[in-house]
Amino acid sequence: MVWAILSILVENKPGILFKVTHLFRSRNFNIDSISVGVTENPELSKMTITTIGDEKQIGQIVKQLDKMIDTIEVKRLDDKKTVFRELSLFRVKVSKPSDSMEINNIANSFGAKAHDARKDSIMVELTATPEQINNLQELLAPYGILDIARTGVAALQRGGD
Amino acid sequence: MEKISGARSLIKALEKQGVKEIFGLPGGANLPMYDELYKSNIRHILVRHEQSAAHMADGFGRVSRRAGVCFATSGPGATNIVTGLATANADSAPMVAITGQVPTAMIGRDAFQESDIIGIANPVVKYSFQPTKATDIPEVVKKGFYIAETGRPGAVLIDIPKDVQTNEAEMSFPEEVKIRGYHPWTDPDVVAIEKAIKLLLSSTRPVILAGGGVIISSAFAELQSLAEMLMIPVVSTFKGKGAFPENHALSLGPIGMHGHAEANKIMSEADCVLAIGTRFSDRSVGTFAEFEKNLKIIHLDVDPAEIGKNQTTSVAIVGDVKASLRIFVKLLMQKAFKKTEENEWLKHVSEVKQYWHDNLKIPQGELTAARIMRKLREVMPAQSIVTTEVGQHQMWASLFYDVISPGTFFSSTGLGTMGWGFPAAIGAKAARPDLPVVDIAGDGSFNMTENSLATSVLDNLPVIVFLVNNYTLGMVAQWQRTFYDRRMIGVDQKRCPDYCKLAESYGAQGIRVGDLNELGQAIKAGLKSDVATVIDIPIDPEEDVLPFVAPGTSLKDMILPS
Repeated sequence: MVWAILSILVENKPGILFKVTHLFRSRNFNIDSISVGVTENPELSKMTITTIGDEKQIGQIVKQLDKMIDTIEVKRLDDKKTVFRELSLFRVKVSKPSDSMEINNIANSFGAKAHDARKDSIMVELTATPEQINNLQELLAPYGILDIARTGVAALQRGGD
Repeated sequence: MEKISGARSLIKALEKQGVKEIFGLPGGANLPMYDELYKSNIRHILVRHEQSAAHMADGFGRVSRRAGVCFATSGPGATNIVTGLATANADSAPMVAITGQVPTAMIGRDAFQESDIIGIANPVVKYSFQPTKATDIPEVVKKGFYIAETGRPGAVLIDIPKDVQTNEAEMSFPEEVKIRGYHPWTDPDVVAIEKAIKLLLSSTRPVILAGGGVIISSAFAELQSLAEMLMIPVVSTFKGKGAFPENHALSLGPIGMHGHAEANKIMSEADCVLAIGTRFSDRSVGTFAEFEKNLKIIHLDVDPAEIGKNQTTSVAIVGDVKASLRIFVKLLMQKAFKKTEENEWLKHVSEVKQYWHDNLKIPQGELTAARIMRKLREVMPAQSIVTTEVGQHQMWASLFYDVISPGTFFSSTGLGTMGWGFPAAIGAKAARPDLPVVDIAGDGSFNMTENSLATSVLDNLPVIVFLVNNYTLGMVAQWQRTFYDRRMIGVDQKRCPDYCKLAESYGAQGIRVGDLNELGQAIKAGLKSDVATVIDIPIDPEEDVLPFVAPGTSLKDMILPS
């Protein structure tokens, strides 16, 4: 099983997200994460989907997505030649005064920012690869994670292509 | 410019598209379209259930290779066509379905007869549109036909809210449309074709597997030239039945669950297959892993997503079947290639064919499957169009009705929709009124859309219903006998209804036959009749379809008649 990043340029029209996700559902493929945003061209949107499957399945996903009439371009990005980032927010429990400091230190070591520090909780923001975010989550877990929000991956290939 | 309504622009766009027939049923949300249809020369063919309108459009599309058109209203009218959309799309048949929708302002408010048909139909259509402005309609229609008819054809849905139908605007009708994300044509891949020829020539036991794509792209002459130049035996999928004349010396007929014994045998022995316009359905190949074991697969298909979906390919050729086969033939001619008929493989193939011709046991009764199908073949002119329903009769047609004129046999092969054959036959008759059309039917399937008799009679579209009647859901009964130790449940139709009386009540002709001679007479009467003819052919409900490749087994493991 491999983890793959798919970058999909689609028509910016209502219902496209539904069609793309429906394709994954009806063909029994997995969506690991999905993010959608506008592009420099207001008629087009960019979807970034990360998925897990064997090579054959991922090849099929690319072909089935490509076949969709509303997709303009479907690329499987090589994660070694791609900058990919996800934004994550954690609200972490603060049980005793020293927690706050420790959480701050952990955040700093990841290059994460702390927000909304309160007596009983603190929010941590990290933009990084999904793997780094998972690592941060693991270190924050012992303090008690009260809430979590992740955006899914946005990705661009390096060097123009 | 003159202002016209959305509905007027719809009909005008359909007229410009060359549409001459629309199959449909009116209702509240499509009345504006019907009011414009009233003023048009397009012929409206009224159905008794919207599902049949979709199947008629589908049958029309398969035969004419232009999109058939059906109309339905919103809500239940629209949901009633879903099976028709799914059937057409599963078999890559060109169709444009146009539904009325509640007014834009009512969408999402659970209005009377509102259904989210765009959402419901999404997985079973090639594409769908819901124009939000009247001015969108001409372009949407043009795009709809373009998508339905090109590349791998399919079903297109256009859902038009009632206010969009009635709003008036100045309209322009595009002559051409471009769709950024849709590239139905690719140039034939000459390099891959060269490789394929090399592989075919270097293999010792090659076979051609002809799929439905050969029929869709009408590549009959090209396929025949190729087979004859290379002297390679031709098997087909069930959908590809009749892509190659079944009375040709190189023809072995369909492979698959109820394929011809000789076709399954030779397919299992092959070391290389040129598979043309096929998606390697489980019903055709048995188990995927077993099929591709020891077999080099050359796969030619217009749909790149089919390459490698079910089978591993040695050579992939993406392109239109007809255009690609022409390159095959051209390259072989350049090489001045001519294979002699003398080779071990061909000799073996003819022996196997002869063996099964002589040794396949068929039941000895008077009205038994093989005999009635062969009688039908004997009496029907070669060019006749055949549709089938779904079940035992369909598989008997596959086994015992030889298609001589390529591209004249149509069946719901992908979705397997009971009730498809009769309305599809009516649609086929609308497309080709000059040809005899017969629906090879079973009683279970015919029950599902038998009210299309009204359409056949009243709209003067006479077809023959060749009703193989065992008053049983025969294929299910066969599985219950074979796999469930004869625990028969839900299969007995209890001799209801009387099909001759049923036919007569609609003004059609009903003929019950008692022997093969009467059957021949009845078919002749049907061919001459101005109204639909239902030929009720009582058969033994215990007769099985054999050979039979049980699900989950390989083509080698046929259950044979004992």
